[in-house]
Parts: sequence; C-alpha cells; structure tokens
Amino acid sequence: MNEIALSLDTVWMLLAAMLVFWMQPGFALCEAGLTRSKNTANILMKNFVDFIFGSIIFFFVGFGLMFGNDGDGFVGMPNWGDLSFYKGNLPVEGFLMFQTVFCATSATIVSGAMAERTKFSTYLIYSAIISLFIYPIEGHWTWGGGWLGKMGFHDFAGSAIVHSVGGVLALIGAMALGPRRGKYGKDGRSRAIPGHNLTLASLGVFILWMGWFGFNPGSQLAASGEVNRLAISHVFLTTNLAAAAGGAATLFVTWIKYGKPSLSMMLNGILAGLVGVTAGCDVVSPVGALLIGLTCGTVLVFAIELIDHKLHIDDPVGAASVHGVCGILGTLMTGLLAVDGGLLYGGGWKMLGVQSFGILVIDLWAAVCGVILFYGIRKVKGLRVESRVEEEGLDVYEHGESCYNG
Amino acid sequence: MKKIEAIVRQTHFEEIKQALFDADINWFSYAEVKAIGQDREDRIYRGVMYSTDIISRIEITIVCREQFVEPAIQAIMKAGRTGEVGDGRIFVSPVDDTWSIRTGEHGDEVLRDKK
Repeated sequence: MNEIALSLDTVWMLLAAMLVFWMQPGFALCEAGLTRSKNTANILMKNFVDFIFGSIIFFFVGFGLMFGNDGDGFVGMPNWGDLSFYKGNLPVEGFLMFQTVFCATSATIVSGAMAERTKFSTYLIYSAIISLFIYPIEGHWTWGGGWLGKMGFHDFAGSAIVHSVGGVLALIGAMALGPRRGKYGKDGRSRAIPGHNLTLASLGVFILWMGWFGFNPGSQLAASGEVNRLAISHVFLTTNLAAAAGGAATLFVTWIKYGKPSLSMMLNGILAGLVGVTAGCDVVSPVGALLIGLTCGTVLVFAIELIDHKLHIDDPVGAASVHGVCGILGTLMTGLLAVDGGLLYGGGWKMLGVQSFGILVIDLWAAVCGVILFYGIRKVKGLRVESRVEEEGLDVYEHGESCYNG
Repeated sequence: MKKIEAIVRQTHFEEIKQALFDADINWFSYAEVKAIGQDREDRIYRGVMYSTDIISRIEITIVCREQFVEPAIQAIMKAGRTGEVGDGRIFVSPVDDTWSIRTGEHGDEVLRDKK
C-alpha cells in the first residue's frame, strides 16, 4: 500500500482515538451533573478507573482475546502484552490505542447507572472484569474476525458491541444494587432526585457529541483514497443528523407529555440518537439517520419511564435506556434502513434477521455475565455502601474528600 | 429600638431595597434563605413531575429606632406585594441595645437611620 496513504490512515485513526478518549470526560461530566454533589468525587473517580484499568488490562489480555487468532471464531488468545500477533496494515500500537478507547467507553457506561450507592472497591472489580473479558470476547465475534461477523452481522462502530453491552450491564448492575434511598416512596411512586449541576451535564453531552465524531467516522479506520474520504464524510453527517434528531424528538415528546421541554431528558435524547446511529452510520442514508434519531429520541422517553416508574430500577443517569434500549434499537434499525440490504430498501428479511440474532446473542452474553458478576459480588462481598454512607455521601466516607469545599 | 425581619420574594429585593432607602433605612443585612409556606413550585426532572414546597426567599433584617418602624414596614409592603400566595411575612420585635464595634458607642445614637 502507498506509504502516504497508510500514514494518512494512521493519523486519522489516532486523531479519532483522541476524540473517543475525549468521551471519557464527557461521560464523567454528564454523570457528575446528573447526580448529587455529595457523590461527585466518587463518580469522577469511577470514570477515571474505567480508563486506567481498562488501558492496562486491555493491553495485556483483552486485545488478544478480541483480535488474536483462533480456530472457531468464538474467542481469540490472550496476548499477555505481546502485540506481534497482529497482522493488519495499520501500526499495531496505534490500533491497540484505538481499540482501548472503545473498550473504556463500554466500561464507563455502567458507572452512571450504579451511581450514588455502590462500594468503590466493588466497582473496581466490575471495571476490571468488563475490560478483561466481557467486552473483548463479544467484540471478537464481530470485529475480531469471529463468527457473527462472518454471518454478516453489521455493527459499524458499536451500537451493539459497545453501547448495548454497557447498557445491559448497567441495567443489571442497577437491579442488583436496588434503588437509592428515598427514590421510591412508600406508595411506590417514583421521586425525583435532581442532579446537582445541569451545566456540567450539558457540557458533558456536548463533549460526547463531539467525541462521537471520532467514534463513528474513526471506525472506518482509513481516510485515504476516494472511497474512504467519502465514507468518513458520510458517517460524519449521519452521526450528526441522528444526534440532532434524537435531541429534537425528546424535546418535543417531553414538551407534549409534561407541558414543558425538559433539558435533563433532552441530554439523554441526543445521546440516544448517537447510540442508535452508531451501528448503521455507514450504510444508512442521511434521511435514514434522521429516522433512527427520531425513533431513538422518542422511545427513550418511554424507556426511561418504564424502567423508572414501572420496573422501579433506579438508573440515575438513564444509561440503560440510552445505551441499552437505543443500542438495541439502532442495531435492529440498521436491518431496516441499510440502503444496501435493508428491509425498507427491498433487501428482504435476511439482514434484519441477522441483526436481530446478533443483538440477541451479544446482549444475552452481556446479561449472563452481568447476572453472574453483580449478583455474585452481592452475595460474596456486598455491592452497596451502608445506609449512613449513602446518606452522608460517598465522597467523604469512601474517599475522604469532597468535590466542593469552602 | 426595634428589629424588623422580613421574608420577601427574591424577585422584588431590588425594589424593596430602594423603597427602604427612600424610607431612610440605609443600614440592614439580608440573607438568601430557604422557606416553606403555602407557595409551590412545579418541577419536572427526567420524567418525574413533582412540586416542591421548598422555595427561595430573601430575609431582610433591620434594626432601627421606633419612628422608622412604620415607614419601613410600609415600604416593604408596598414594594414587595404582588397579591399572589408567597409574598412573605414581616416580624417586629424589641431590641435591648446596639453597639458599634468600631467606636464602642452603644444605644440609639449608633443607629444611622437618619439623614
């Protein structure tokens, strides 16, 4: 391959990796803003450890599990820090960095759903386990040359592989923990526990939106040549349109439902559109991306209400609805709206069938791992902090320092 | 000497402050307080609609001589009233003495509620 072209591809991949890394502060601010000030140091630190442990563990083991060679396409081989197995054109160390930030994105989704009541030590175990094998194994199935990818399952940048897995784990983690104290009244009604700073949360969502311009267009993993420069531009546009449509849908749905347009909900709506379009951003048309965003932003509101009001699962930031529900929805809608092969474009049922099957096995994997992990930890060690710690705040009791002083 | 404590709307603080100046009250303190009363504020957070009875108000504390009490009260009433629930309350109580920390003087003369 042409030297300059390869350099251009590498630079684009590393630039995109930087943007995806930038989603970590996006998540951190979003989650911090949507929770109470007594737990801010705790949630920020959880976001850091996801990246700290994810980087180290994925380098030693996860990378090989995900991209290492194997016989049956189910799982690769742990690489134990050795990168020489990789045979692609791109520099392996850059490719590892790009995959590391994706792994960390999947890991960090869960911290918001489990906010304000999880033991820090317990969270460390979860954070290590997802980067160690939950994410790398299911990632291998599609992106590592595994069996799902060979079936034709299409998940361009990870609606299913990254987001729905994080969302499913978030839901199970929040279920295993139980709701925050005071979240549900004696009459079973859901109470609002307003986040302490919607300015921070808004900044976080803007940063995530920007980070997604690396997440999706970067997943092309190339920029040189006509095919690639058209592809990354197309993905850039579909990504943005879905985000805008998601935000618009949530804005109007909340306006109609509650009489006022809700900022705290619209922040989720933008992310819902982004998560939804991630699977098919390369194969849907701009109008298709708009449809995905509108659908995800609308369904999001009802998903949050279902999980909160009906199921009584306390997810303080809406991670399960945004990443879980809309990750699944986006993966399925790819089967409908893919210009080449989608049901609505006359491609028949085959692609939708493969998409349905793929999302089912991926999330089944996540659910089984999640149940064993979270309910196992709950039995052996306990997931929750004591009620006194929860009341006074995790910052002071778990970390000995608070975010806001003076 | 009397102490006047008034809990008033934040939105009317500037008008009340000006009205008090006009009534020759030019020395007082105030604080942002949380209050509970008949007023309700409707809120929506992430799909949960609720109404909060905890509302933000400003508490003004004035210490002045007898002859300034009535004008001060009238000033607050006039500038702070909207007629809606939540306009607030005024409390008047006696004060035994007042000291100036800087000069060490005490009594009526310390109060600078005069032109």
